[in-house]
Amino acid sequence: MSKVISSVEDAVSEIHDGATLIAGGFGLCGIPEKLILALRESGVKNLTVVSNNCGVDDWGLGLLLKTKQIKKMIASYVGENKLFEQQYLNGELEVELVPQGTLAERLRAGGAGIPAFYTATGVGTDIARGKEHKVFNGRTYIMEKGITGDFAFVKAWKADPYGNLIYRKTARNFNPVAARAGKTTIAEVEQLVGIGELDPDRIHTPGVYVRYVFEGKNYEKRIEKLTTVKA
Amino acid sequence: MAGKRHFILERALKEIKDGMNVNLGIGMPTLIADRIPEDVHVMLQSENGLLGIGAYPKEGEADPDLINAGKETVTVVPGASYFDSAESFAMIRGGHIDLAILGGMEVSEEGDLANWMIPGKMIKGMGGAMDLVQGAGRTIVIMDHVNKHGESKVKKRCSLPLTGQGVVDCLITDLAVFQFKDDEMRLVEIQPGATLHEVQNKTEADFLIDDGLTSYQ
Repeated sequence: MSKVISSVEDAVSEIHDGATLIAGGFGLCGIPEKLILALRESGVKNLTVVSNNCGVDDWGLGLLLKTKQIKKMIASYVGENKLFEQQYLNGELEVELVPQGTLAERLRAGGAGIPAFYTATGVGTDIARGKEHKVFNGRTYIMEKGITGDFAFVKAWKADPYGNLIYRKTARNFNPVAARAGKTTIAEVEQLVGIGELDPDRIHTPGVYVRYVFEGKNYEKRIEKLTTVKA
Repeated sequence: MAGKRHFILERALKEIKDGMNVNLGIGMPTLIADRIPEDVHVMLQSENGLLGIGAYPKEGEADPDLINAGKETVTVVPGASYFDSAESFAMIRGGHIDLAILGGMEVSEEGDLANWMIPGKMIKGMGGAMDLVQGAGRTIVIMDHVNKHGESKVKKRCSLPLTGQGVVDCLITDLAVFQFKDDEMRLVEIQPGATLHEVQNKTEADFLIDDGLTSYQ
């Protein structure tokens, strides 16, 4: 029942032009860096990418902007990326901005088989335009739809061959909801351990959501804003 | 300007009470964290998946897997917890975060907030702001009273796209403190160095003056 694949190229070989891809990560924290690099090399185009952010100009999903592989971006915050701005203003890139909690919930719902839900987030703003409004207990909510993707890329700390995943600190972020919302979920991990070596009580993403597991080497884990105090 | 900002931060600090779970927005609100006294125990939430933000790490000890919502490297306090983004926003949208303190571009007399987008400028995105203003127990906005051209940011109606409608509970500027309750905007305090006349002159919004109006001591 091993889901382990030895090459990252194999991991992305099923991804086709026009696919919808969900990627975990917040800023550059917990991003599937190896899978993104492999996808760049694969050259697939016209991707719809769902991710909280779009990397920076020279790292993360920003790399796929540079090669113009992304047709549409669904995200909550894209302010760290100049290429993004250029391509959006040129009309080369479609953008759907989604409030961060709504994005997380749309992925959670999509992965859980829930087609839509109501939320107060965005009521009275541009986000609510064209959406169904409904009043519950005197408060107005808008309907938001679940998101699923053809593929999901997630980054975890540890995994076993069945695809059980454990994340580390705030690198968890969108990865668990991405894992659930992908029809084919590919996990890249820092450390692959034997089956039975992970405590079942500690598993964040059960292997049922994961199709392939890949162990990456030499993680860069770039820091976007290094803030420290003098020792 | 630095001095005026100090009054905003100090006044906002007074709203943070022992035992609260608080989300401080990116930018000026983040600066409040350092001012919280040691005997006031609060859990600071970061919407990327952390309850219990600590200080910045020492040089050489930054962990790329541990950041705040502003993407800065941080540490955690004892009792902190990590979670995923859906859990994080369940906390926020489910009303479990007592207080959100956010920056603002404009606030209207109806309690509308605009703080995420300037048309014609590059879109950056709203991040978690629209969720926070709807979900947090209380929403406090801190901002300068006027913009760099001297125009009031406290408006009759917001001219910028809204983050939320009727969501502001309290507005703290360098000149004054306003409360929003029962569809009324009320001036409740005047900041040190400011006068009622100045507040009236620099506020486009119509507001009531609270009977107990006090200057901040």
